[in-house]
Amino acid sequence: MTSTVVIDKAAPTRPVKLRSMSRDRTWALRWSYFFLTLFAVFALVPPLYMVITSLKTSAEISAATNPWWVYHPTLSNYVELLTSNQFLTFFRNSALVSIFVVTITMLISVPAAFALARMRFWGSATLATGVFLTYLIPETLLFLPLFKMFVAFGDLTGIQLINKWYVLLVIYPTLTVPFCTWIMIGYFASIPKELDEAAIIDGASWFQTLTRIFIPVALPGLIAATIFAFTVSWAQFLYPLVFTTSTDQLVLPVGIVTTLIKGDVFAWGQIMTGALLGAAPPLIIYAFLMDYYIAGLTAGATKG
Amino acid sequence: MADVAIERNAAPRTGRKRASLRTALKRKSTAAFLMTLPLILLILLLVIYPAFYSLHLATLNKSMQRFIGLGNFQFLFKRETFWLVVEQSCIFAITAVVFKALIGFIVAHFVHNIPAKGQRKWRGMLLVPWVIPPAMSTLAWLWLFDPSYSAFNYLLAGIGIDRIPWTGETGWARFSVILVNIWFGAPFFMIMYLASLKSVPDQLYEAAAIDGANWWQRIWYVTLPMMRNIIAITTLFSLIVTFANFDIVRILTAGGPLDRTHMFATWAFRIGIEGGDIPLGASVSLFMVPILAIAAVFILRDINKRGNES
Amino acid sequence: MADVTLRKVVKKYDDVEAVRGIDLDIADHEFVVLVGPSGCGKSTTLRMIAGLEDITDGDIMIGGDVVNDVPPKDRDIAMVFQNYALYPHMTVAENMSFGLRLKRYPKAEIKTRIDEAARMLDIVELVDRKPKQLSGGQRQRVAMGRAIVRNPKVFLFDEPLSNLDAKLRVQMRIEIKKVHQKVRTTTVYVTHDQVEAMTLADRVVVMNHGRIEQIGTPNELYHNPATKFVASFIGSPAMNFIPCRLEESGGKLHVRITDRLAFPLPPARAARYQGVSRTDKLLLGLRPEHITEASPHPETGVENFDATLDVTEPMGMETLIYFALEGTQVCGRVNPNAGAQDGAPLRLAVDLNNMHLLNEVSGAVI
Repeated sequence: MTSTVVIDKAAPTRPVKLRSMSRDRTWALRWSYFFLTLFAVFALVPPLYMVITSLKTSAEISAATNPWWVYHPTLSNYVELLTSNQFLTFFRNSALVSIFVVTITMLISVPAAFALARMRFWGSATLATGVFLTYLIPETLLFLPLFKMFVAFGDLTGIQLINKWYVLLVIYPTLTVPFCTWIMIGYFASIPKELDEAAIIDGASWFQTLTRIFIPVALPGLIAATIFAFTVSWAQFLYPLVFTTSTDQLVLPVGIVTTLIKGDVFAWGQIMTGALLGAAPPLIIYAFLMDYYIAGLTAGATKG
Repeated sequence: MADVAIERNAAPRTGRKRASLRTALKRKSTAAFLMTLPLILLILLLVIYPAFYSLHLATLNKSMQRFIGLGNFQFLFKRETFWLVVEQSCIFAITAVVFKALIGFIVAHFVHNIPAKGQRKWRGMLLVPWVIPPAMSTLAWLWLFDPSYSAFNYLLAGIGIDRIPWTGETGWARFSVILVNIWFGAPFFMIMYLASLKSVPDQLYEAAAIDGANWWQRIWYVTLPMMRNIIAITTLFSLIVTFANFDIVRILTAGGPLDRTHMFATWAFRIGIEGGDIPLGASVSLFMVPILAIAAVFILRDINKRGNES
Repeated sequence: MADVTLRKVVKKYDDVEAVRGIDLDIADHEFVVLVGPSGCGKSTTLRMIAGLEDITDGDIMIGGDVVNDVPPKDRDIAMVFQNYALYPHMTVAENMSFGLRLKRYPKAEIKTRIDEAARMLDIVELVDRKPKQLSGGQRQRVAMGRAIVRNPKVFLFDEPLSNLDAKLRVQMRIEIKKVHQKVRTTTVYVTHDQVEAMTLADRVVVMNHGRIEQIGTPNELYHNPATKFVASFIGSPAMNFIPCRLEESGGKLHVRITDRLAFPLPPARAARYQGVSRTDKLLLGLRPEHITEASPHPETGVENFDATLDVTEPMGMETLIYFALEGTQVCGRVNPNAGAQDGAPLRLAVDLNNMHLLNEVSGAVI
């Protein structure tokens, strides 16, 4: 009996308190959404403006109408670029470079990461740290000596690599391999030691342990590393700008900047279309594999 | 006991009995070395060697035939542009990193604050600037900043503000390159902070709430200390890449107006590739090394510390 | 199936000796448990038998062959790990068959073996699941299944039950015993839990500081421990050790505990301890079940005395009592109806027929 009395007494005060707390919470939420909308607008205006401009004709771009609105939408910019041999060459070069670089990167970093994570040998700890330090060296520090090295290499051997798209296959791994090795070391190291011991007892060789246990188990890490290598190769701007000049050897970012931007001012429709098409592959990968993309992004600093 | 690596225990011992095992261990060590060999070669030939080669290059004259010692540096110190570049690099890197860190922190909190269901969507939208190749997105900014057709100026005219010379005047041009860099880099901070916020156990906040901490005290006494490591390392990372930035400045202003927005990287490119003076360009880019070295030392210290803790 | 022999096996990590020369003969079909506190070298010993650690000195033989330099896969052993070590990307069936597939067994043979093992372990309906979808006990069964399908010469278990909760642990303990009764494979089992050791083993090997303290059947270890370490490690609650010395009074040998408390020894014990120096510092070892409530008609060798209880712990079928003797806390087991109460005096009886006398300095049981 007494307990019911207590509940009756408490009843009037409790809902009031709850309501005030939930009101605070509601306001906090409203403010959060308000500011998030603001930041989202800031984040999305440039890409949206790319879309808007890409749907306009040169005439509409140069007209004094509202630039934020498309009055006569057209796909002519897309048609023009996607039928232009030059643009398709840029796209092909970019695709080839990225795919090859991803392959090379994985072939180098996965075995190296496995060796560094599991088969400790003389100097392996130093090497792991060294790999990480290499990742910190920006490309802007190395492009001049590298350029000079490849010029000298051409003079010495007669093999001219400068101004060939495939020279990038040699250079891009310096950007991708250290980071990919580093995050793969992290993923491999997180696999319990007992798992490879179980594999050893089951009769697996080191190679079989790598291919049949480690790679499948660390697949999320492998995907994250692949995405990283691909996006870095696709987006790289300085090295192709330095190493390639002939239009048939250019990759997409450099091609768009150097060939489209020089023309008449009103090529902006095409420039934006090209930029959008150039941004498309990373964006598509991001849209479908967002979790892996983010895992790769955060792994670099949180692992190890 | 269980996690001691097998191969470390190849204790020296006499007698033929051990021979086969020792060769097996040696073989495994060799295999491990071979597996890392491509990595080692790549780093040695295409990172370490060029780094030292650039030291050597910096001591040569323009035609790279004569050793001139520190001549390039003496020349640089006498040029006004060099000091402009130093100044702009520092302004650019520090301002951009501070704002990226602040905005990233604030946005991460807002995302963390809303119901978990919607977080994915918002996070997805807010990370878009980081996903677009910077060379491509900077083109969009360049067009938004266009002297005669700027879509921003169109909006500003609507509320009665005169057209702004976004890339035409020193002050505005510096503002613009920093703004674009913040736009591009803040999402990275946001995502790092968000991951770190998620790893703070809820019990800590509940304990703090029971202890009577208000919203601000919870951030100051719980969130920040828990995130200190990730804030430090993200900031250092960002400091390096921002200081070494090339794409944004190159496309947006190409260093102009009057070299006022040049960074070490873009100026080195202008001198070394466009001007054909590789040694002088190499000398310029070498000035990025000190800041890199300082940041690297701090990052390494953090990593070693974490390594020792685990 | 095979016997396992260790001859003066030594393991050094740099300069630290983890295992200091142990000799052990494990017979065919035998279930041997290595037990001891963490860091005693039991896991290292097991891993040396498995071939996961090389041995610094000595010989290990499986089925009569020296396997010192034989890699794990050629030793024909199977191992069950503490965290199960199931391959997370493979189904239960794939996990169990991985070793057989690597050895290129015919498909039909693999299938028969998996079916047989799954039936034995009662996991038939789980064979297509991934480890993530299994409970701790089920994972444990799969890990055992993986060992069974290999039909190895020796099973090695490395603390396989320590990740399970108490109830499941008892259940799996029985399961392991059943499996061993069916397949009769020589088994070496490592645990730090003396109850597991006692219940599972044909013979228990107690290890401490990298050495074997004693080898024996569970009953031998319990009733005739060789050292203070074994005496205190086996049995729960642990054996009491009360400082004492021997003295002659009235022509009979007494064990004196305090100035006022001394017990005459029963004839068998008196004869056994006759040669012990009267000045040695000794310990009287008594298991709690040998300190009970006094009975009106004590047998020979059972002596009554009075004590004031500090704490009583009613367990249902018995009550544990704690009291102090010369500054040493002593535990006894009394009938729940004996009237034991916190802080109250109680007349107790001590059964000296089951006493142990230990040298306080060396820890050896006399």
